[in-house]
Amino acid sequence: MRNKYLKGAARLAGLASVLPLAGCELDTLDPKGPVGDQLKHLIVESTIAMLIVVVPTIILVCAFAWKYRASNTEAEYLPKWSHSNKIEVAIWGIPTIIIAFLAVITYQTCHSLDPYRPLDEEAQTKPLNVEVVALDWKWLFIYPDEGIATVNQLAIPVNQPVHFVITSDSVMNSFFIPRLGSMIYAMAGMQTQLHLMASQAGDYAGESANYSGRGFSDMKFRTLAMPRDQYDAWVEKVRASSDQLDGQNYARLAAPSEADPVKYFSHVEGNLFDTIVAKYNNGMVMDTATGQKKSVQAAMSDMNMKE
Amino acid sequence: MLGRLSFADIPVDVPILVGTFLGVAIVGITVLGLITYYGKWGYLWKEWFTSVDHKRLAIMYVVVGLLALVRGFADAIMMRTQLALAYAGNPGYLPPHHYDQIFSAHGTIMIFFMAMVIMTALFNLIVPLQIGARDVAFPFLNNLSFWMTTVAFALINVSLFIGEFSQCGWLAYPPLSEAQFSPGVGVDYYIMAVQISGVGTLLTGVNFFVTIVKMRAPGMTWMKLPVFCWTALCACVLIMVAFPVLTVAVALLGLDRYFGMHFFTNDGGGNQMLYLDLIWAWGHPEVYILIIPAFGVFSEVVPTFSEKPLFGYATMVYATCAIMVLSFLVWVHHFFTMGAGADVNAFFGIMTMIISIPTGVKLFNWMFTMYKGRVEFHATMYWAIGFMITFSIGGMTGVMMAIPAADFVLHNSLFLIAHFHNVIIGGVYFGYVCGLNFWAPKALGFKFNEAWGKRAFWFWFVGFYFAFMPLYVLGFDGMTRRLNHYDNPNWYPWLLVAEFGAVLILFGIVCQVTQIYVSIRDRNLPENIDVTGDPWNARSLEWSTSSPPPPYNFAIIPHIHELDAFMHDKENGIDTRHAGGPYEPIHMPKNTAAGFFVGAFSFVFGFAMIWYIWWLAAIGLVGVFATVIARSANHDVDYYIPAEEVARIENEHSRKLMAQAAE
Repeated sequence: MRNKYLKGAARLAGLASVLPLAGCELDTLDPKGPVGDQLKHLIVESTIAMLIVVVPTIILVCAFAWKYRASNTEAEYLPKWSHSNKIEVAIWGIPTIIIAFLAVITYQTCHSLDPYRPLDEEAQTKPLNVEVVALDWKWLFIYPDEGIATVNQLAIPVNQPVHFVITSDSVMNSFFIPRLGSMIYAMAGMQTQLHLMASQAGDYAGESANYSGRGFSDMKFRTLAMPRDQYDAWVEKVRASSDQLDGQNYARLAAPSEADPVKYFSHVEGNLFDTIVAKYNNGMVMDTATGQKKSVQAAMSDMNMKE
Repeated sequence: MLGRLSFADIPVDVPILVGTFLGVAIVGITVLGLITYYGKWGYLWKEWFTSVDHKRLAIMYVVVGLLALVRGFADAIMMRTQLALAYAGNPGYLPPHHYDQIFSAHGTIMIFFMAMVIMTALFNLIVPLQIGARDVAFPFLNNLSFWMTTVAFALINVSLFIGEFSQCGWLAYPPLSEAQFSPGVGVDYYIMAVQISGVGTLLTGVNFFVTIVKMRAPGMTWMKLPVFCWTALCACVLIMVAFPVLTVAVALLGLDRYFGMHFFTNDGGGNQMLYLDLIWAWGHPEVYILIIPAFGVFSEVVPTFSEKPLFGYATMVYATCAIMVLSFLVWVHHFFTMGAGADVNAFFGIMTMIISIPTGVKLFNWMFTMYKGRVEFHATMYWAIGFMITFSIGGMTGVMMAIPAADFVLHNSLFLIAHFHNVIIGGVYFGYVCGLNFWAPKALGFKFNEAWGKRAFWFWFVGFYFAFMPLYVLGFDGMTRRLNHYDNPNWYPWLLVAEFGAVLILFGIVCQVTQIYVSIRDRNLPENIDVTGDPWNARSLEWSTSSPPPPYNFAIIPHIHELDAFMHDKENGIDTRHAGGPYEPIHMPKNTAAGFFVGAFSFVFGFAMIWYIWWLAAIGLVGVFATVIARSANHDVDYYIPAEEVARIENEHSRKLMAQAAE
């Protein structure tokens, strides 16, 4: 009877193997930027280290169970045996060595892949600044240096690091572009930071990785990584938009909506990002560069405060 | 008069819920009708609902746990089916409003009302018997715990048909769960159910902790305590320390929602990160509360069916205690992506990995218990070996996510879902089913059907791999959890495979239900009935008494000489039972209806609070206090079983034993 089930299972496994074995094309294992590359390397390395223990364990479990099955009376039977110092040392020692090894890479990668660490070693250019605001249920990208903003579309030049400062004007979300690497939470009244870079041009999926309510499934954006000249052209295209992001338009944008189309804003009024953060902090905001608190002048007096 | 409850809150426009309601109503009315027809209400009330006997409470817990399993699994397969359909523009059959309730309910029910309940069932069934005690330390509280848990589960199910359930996930993260973003009753159902069942769980923790510390049979020193009791003890410590944290976290959320306070709101000085810290300061120990007793089960089953003592008993004890302590030092690994500094993340990442060392040691101990043994491929061993294989993989993926940098791409993805189902199904669930198969003859007096047990195992085992291995792949492909629909063509085939796995698991559950049915039907067949009380030639004390044990468990409290006390006595020709006496009258607790009434009033209170029916909430609360005061004033709580009655029961068992031996 057992064999019958095993055969059935084998048949099903065969069925599964005709599925597209897209292993090498999985987003996070086929990264398009240096952060993603290092993460992939880390995942592969740590998995191999653990397989050194896990594979023999699984094999030995099956082997022992089979060899010492009750019907196999030829196998040695030690009905009282329950202790061995040698084995004890091995079963504590081997996992400890593996974990010590993993602990070292953990400590190193916590620092080298800290999302807050600028990517200046990987690139010579200074980073592009993007301010990200998670709204119900769309992503607002503000380009403070260019003075433009977009919804649900993020364009970045290839081979230039991007410095994201991220907040939320609603519930908690998580800002994630799987092809580029790390994610980080977006939380109201707080600013988190993330440094990423694309090393290949492409159109990459971006999403919220933290459930945020009804419209969550459609809270996604496209990341357009493109060569410098195309990026500049894209900026001009956004600047040509007739829409501007002033207090009134922002209030309209921030109202809950689902599956929003891409929007371009040719101008952003005042220090919108700081205002969004500050409205949950009694008008104060922390400067991410200096760590100093500063007061935000309500640049948009008509902005709809949610208090 | 009825607060915010109105007829519009009955979801008559959702066909799935109307159908479910009709199904539940028909089954419910049939069951109630049959009980009435056969005149069993008095029997149920006197012998079961008001019982303080830990063995009967265990069986009632199992019934509740299995109901929760069916409910939780129905939610699961509905989600899988939605994702197998809702691709490339197809909205599927569950709109977000309904789907979000389903995944929130699935997690809440599976953890609080399936896993915790079956774990408590195993504590109840085995702990007093294994330590040679006649009952738990606080028999009334034991009954009260059961009713608190049960009414909380009832409350969650009421949310199916009156109002709605939470749409904020099983941990109800603020600010989404705050009144500003979730003004409906869903989160209030969640809060009340978690708080009421939390009382039950906390009392269970206290009760079994005291039982194990104070009520061990003479001679049972700590290092002669069976491993299952050690694991129960560690789980109870974790419950006592962790559950108050949950109570506080959820109570603060309740204050935000009911009184407009600002603990976790966006504005007014609230901080959502505080909630995450609190909920995971409970949540991580919680998963160890669930898995440690499963480790205990395997530590009893593997030696019994390898006909050999457990390898490395002392190591096992130390490893269990180490896991208990370490489980409090890892909670931040649930939110590495929150933006804490590199050193904070590194600390919690490394602490998390360190837990895998004692856990790995346990796995090797079971492995070397089989080594040079006589392994019998009983159904329980199928679950145990299936566990060892599956849990190794789950442990590995857990360590992967413990590396903060790796977690930056795996967090909240389907990789995470695959990982924790890998350890919860492959560890906790396999362990509990293994335990139920192992101890069924002790609880019921007959063995569970082997063939159906093995069929259930194969469906669960193979089904698990089909259902969750694709989720690992999808996690690497950037698919996050809790999506309602998607348009990535690479995801679609994997979600079809996962759906197929869910169907296999459905067959597994059908096999388990069939197993229970067939076992009850064939209970009197000579190969099934357990006359001796020791059907597996097992090692610990619970097997020295009859199956099911008499109300007092042990006519004469045994004296413990060795670890594996019963095996030691069998090998040395010592009669653990002291058959023939002399017997003395046995002091026993009386049954009480107080637990039932506290539970019922708590239900009324919870329901009224959810709907803002303040007068009814007051009645519920007054009812709870009045019942507790009345119970406290009642001194008629115990009685003696006369020595003659004990002698009669014991001699009856001895006669059966001799008749069996003569055959």
